[in-house]
Amino acid sequence: MNDVLIIGAGVVGCSIARELSVWNLRITVVDKENDVAMGTSKANSGIAHAGFDAHTGTNKAIYNVLGAKMLPELARELDFPYRQNGAFVLCFDESGRPKLQELLEQGIRNGVQGLSILEGDQVRAIEPNVSDKVVAALYAETSGIVSPYEMTIAYAENAAVNGVEFLLDNEVRGIKRVESGFEVTLKDRTLLTKTVINCAGVYADAIYNMVSDKPLFEIVARKGEYCLLDKKCGGLTDKTLFQLPTAMGKGVLVAPTTHGNIIVGPTAEDVPDKDDVDTTFDGLNKAFNTASVSVPSLARRNIITQFAGLRAHADVNDFVIGESDVPCFYNVAGIESPGLTSAPAIAVDVAKAVAEKLHAVKKDNFVAKRKGIPCFAKMSDSERQQLIATNPLYGRIVCRCENVTEGEIVDSIRRPVGARDLDGVKRRTRAGMGRCQMGFCTPRVMEILCRELGMEMTEITKCGKGSHIVVGRTE
Amino acid sequence: MVKQLICINCPLGCHLEVDDSDKENIKVTGNTCPRGKVYAISEVTAPKRVVTGSVPVANGDVLRVSVKTASPIPKEKIFDCLREIKATRAVAPVHIGDVICSNVCNTGVDVVATRNANKI
Amino acid sequence: MTYRNIVIVGGGPAGLAAATAAYDAGERDIVILEREEMLGGILNQCIHNGFGLHTFKEELTGPEYAARFEQLVYDRGIEYRLGSTVINVSADKVVTYVSEKEGLQKISAKAIVLTCGCRERPRGGINIAGARAAGIFSAGTAQKLVNIDGYMPGKEVVILGSGDIGLIMARRMTFEGAKVKAVVELMPYSSGLNRNIVQCLNDFNIPLMFSHTVVDIKATDGRVSSVVIAAVDERLQPVMSTAQEITCDTLLLSVGLLPENELAGYANVQLSPVTNGAVVDDQMMTDVEGIFECGNVLHVHDLVDYVSEEATHAGKCAAAYVKNGNTATEYVPTCGTNGVRYVVPQKIRKDDNYEQISLRMRVANAFRNVELAVLLDGEKIVSRRRPIVTPGEMETVVLNSELVKRVKQGGKLEVTLLGGTK
Repeated sequence: MNDVLIIGAGVVGCSIARELSVWNLRITVVDKENDVAMGTSKANSGIAHAGFDAHTGTNKAIYNVLGAKMLPELARELDFPYRQNGAFVLCFDESGRPKLQELLEQGIRNGVQGLSILEGDQVRAIEPNVSDKVVAALYAETSGIVSPYEMTIAYAENAAVNGVEFLLDNEVRGIKRVESGFEVTLKDRTLLTKTVINCAGVYADAIYNMVSDKPLFEIVARKGEYCLLDKKCGGLTDKTLFQLPTAMGKGVLVAPTTHGNIIVGPTAEDVPDKDDVDTTFDGLNKAFNTASVSVPSLARRNIITQFAGLRAHADVNDFVIGESDVPCFYNVAGIESPGLTSAPAIAVDVAKAVAEKLHAVKKDNFVAKRKGIPCFAKMSDSERQQLIATNPLYGRIVCRCENVTEGEIVDSIRRPVGARDLDGVKRRTRAGMGRCQMGFCTPRVMEILCRELGMEMTEITKCGKGSHIVVGRTE
Repeated sequence: MVKQLICINCPLGCHLEVDDSDKENIKVTGNTCPRGKVYAISEVTAPKRVVTGSVPVANGDVLRVSVKTASPIPKEKIFDCLREIKATRAVAPVHIGDVICSNVCNTGVDVVATRNANKI
Repeated sequence: MTYRNIVIVGGGPAGLAAATAAYDAGERDIVILEREEMLGGILNQCIHNGFGLHTFKEELTGPEYAARFEQLVYDRGIEYRLGSTVINVSADKVVTYVSEKEGLQKISAKAIVLTCGCRERPRGGINIAGARAAGIFSAGTAQKLVNIDGYMPGKEVVILGSGDIGLIMARRMTFEGAKVKAVVELMPYSSGLNRNIVQCLNDFNIPLMFSHTVVDIKATDGRVSSVVIAAVDERLQPVMSTAQEITCDTLLLSVGLLPENELAGYANVQLSPVTNGAVVDDQMMTDVEGIFECGNVLHVHDLVDYVSEEATHAGKCAAAYVKNGNTATEYVPTCGTNGVRYVVPQKIRKDDNYEQISLRMRVANAFRNVELAVLLDGEKIVSRRRPIVTPGEMETVVLNSELVKRVKQGGKLEVTLLGGTK
């Protein structure tokens, strides 16, 4: 019998799992995909928002500001990439100034510190590549960037170390209320659990409607398309550059990533298919062209990849958080932007509520710290020397674009909630994230996966399910 | 019969028309130089290709060794030749030039190794 | 830190030829650093024939061509390290590499020859929309999987790009039992050899669709299930009304090669935005004294024979540099005009006394009956009549000793196309 079943292994599910693992509870996380962070958590802007965007008093505003304050310490504790780089909200027209002022005031009301309005020239003195057309900008000193999938993976690993079980590639097919709680039918088994926490992202409404027919909320999948630029463009901007927000979201941004690329996007388009993460011709053009308004010198030839993600937009226009009308069934739904930033704070609150409900007691052996995979590329030569001396596999470079070693790849597979496919290795180690986009390292990473997991080459996938890389041997 | 060909001798890639109704007097048009005519006649009378492939190698420091027909074989035998290559297994050591299958498809041509495999 | 006269970064065709030439010029203190577990570079996976006609007057496969140059290195006892990836080259010529056996090592070199080759342009570089599924490979990755590892990337294949690697892979996949449904080419012409179009496509009735591109990729269960292709207009923009869907499980991309110049970048070597390689003088030396570049890292070649030729020259010059130091003070700049996209070398030293200098170049468009002319300060000094020039073929003009002497007195060298029809 599970105490808690968390549905969805995105940043919300994994952060709640980790915060709950403080208590002596039997916790399971299930996800339909082969890895954690497979939905919105792997395909978003990776921004730790300062907290001025959301209307004062909403869950979004409250959790954003709380989460933003937690992130610097959390990133150290769980060892994931985060950097406070600051952000500008660019205003291209004198008529936009009142809107900037509103954002500033809203931010102050929300409890955001370090906000100010700068003139266009002041902005360009800091970021010389910003368009000449910018007349003013809101500066948010506390805005940051974070690697969203690495943050999710860090939470998941730490949760696993603290006893949380992960059942991946295990879709929820049905939930039945039973006397002791819930009977949850998964793809390959049935589980009994006292409580359920619904963190199912764009499918949160469908999961909730397995136990209740109340139209509490509906989730709309809002697609955002992105382009990622080569690291050689990393110097284009150090600050995150937003444009004044629209009804559909915060608009298209240009920002550095924690690994030194430049990210451009997202577009915002509501899509009927909740699995539709295809990029589109028009979407990519739109993302790029809109971004070029902020930074005119962006060059298409430097794009190394594109991707799309879906934001789980709740029709109620705010995060839906807490125990539902069905006792012991918790919804954590509609966690769109600033969901990534808010997740740490949401997790603490939800974990506390569920633990209290279950009258849980705290563990005495909770491990709060997690150490990430040593990153060869970011080490000094003497650190590299030492590492290879302890494990010669760190002397074998597999991904030549990002200088990722076999040692790191093996580590990514052997860790708790380790990589099971090419994309899993890529998100954990950056093998394949570089400018050749896996051209050279695909066969080598496949071989390492085979060796470590006792698999055949024909069983290796890109990202689980039917995404096999090779279809058979040559005759 | 009139056949259309692209000459492969140089980047010009002349579009050749070959009329081989009279086998004794094959007519070639569209060529810019004499090499085009020679090529066209050989293509309609006895087209030949070098076939390359690879075979698994046992006990070697590599998994497979690449192979080729030591000289061109009739074009219509390409797939028969590949079938024979695919049914072949090599054992290390293999040296460049070693015969992997002799007289492939009765063409009189051997399939030979094009890379070395050291015994491990 | 150890000290070596010449460090050669890369053990492919360029590295092997450069090492051999440096040795033959009298240099003995040479080491080749190769990241793979074997010498030969990308030639090892190019198991098809057609290499070496120029150099050996016979048709070899890639591994055979590599083996001949490897033998030259073995015969001379030139030192090489396998599984050794260079992670940094500094402007003061310290090479840092790592390997499983040796850990992290630094070599201070008198001369460095960069022969790191090139990589394939990935999907992201050409902005193809659609699913991000398994089954999309660069042609070279597929080639490695099939020829070296013995695995099939797919059964029904569409190939985007009609460069030679794409054409060769069309035939290879056909040989291995796959169905190649089409080769789709954005341009109205192929950058591949006619011979490959005939022997890799026409022999097997594989359609080659010019002025078309892939506009969408569809997937089922995470694997490619079809691609949508469409014709493009004169500005190379897709015309969506012509879109058609082709069922397939694999899309191979053969959409261009890019020199791998990360290391040159770390050493602050000046790079050319046209070739994506270093800017070199006629001794293949970059603007960082003692750092040389040759082969596909310098500019993408059409034939490996020319890589060997260029690298032989670079190796010889590196050896001379170690012996004599740098004697260059003044240069005559070169450039391409009127359809000549680039000229390598980008400058000619006024000091040295080589008997001849090879100018290598590519054109931007196909021209027929054209004159390839070398102008010195506007005056025509050499001219070569070409029945056809195409962007897929590298052109070479050799300046003989007399011309070299003249060039050194000049101010500016220009290679240009005169006359001709598109």
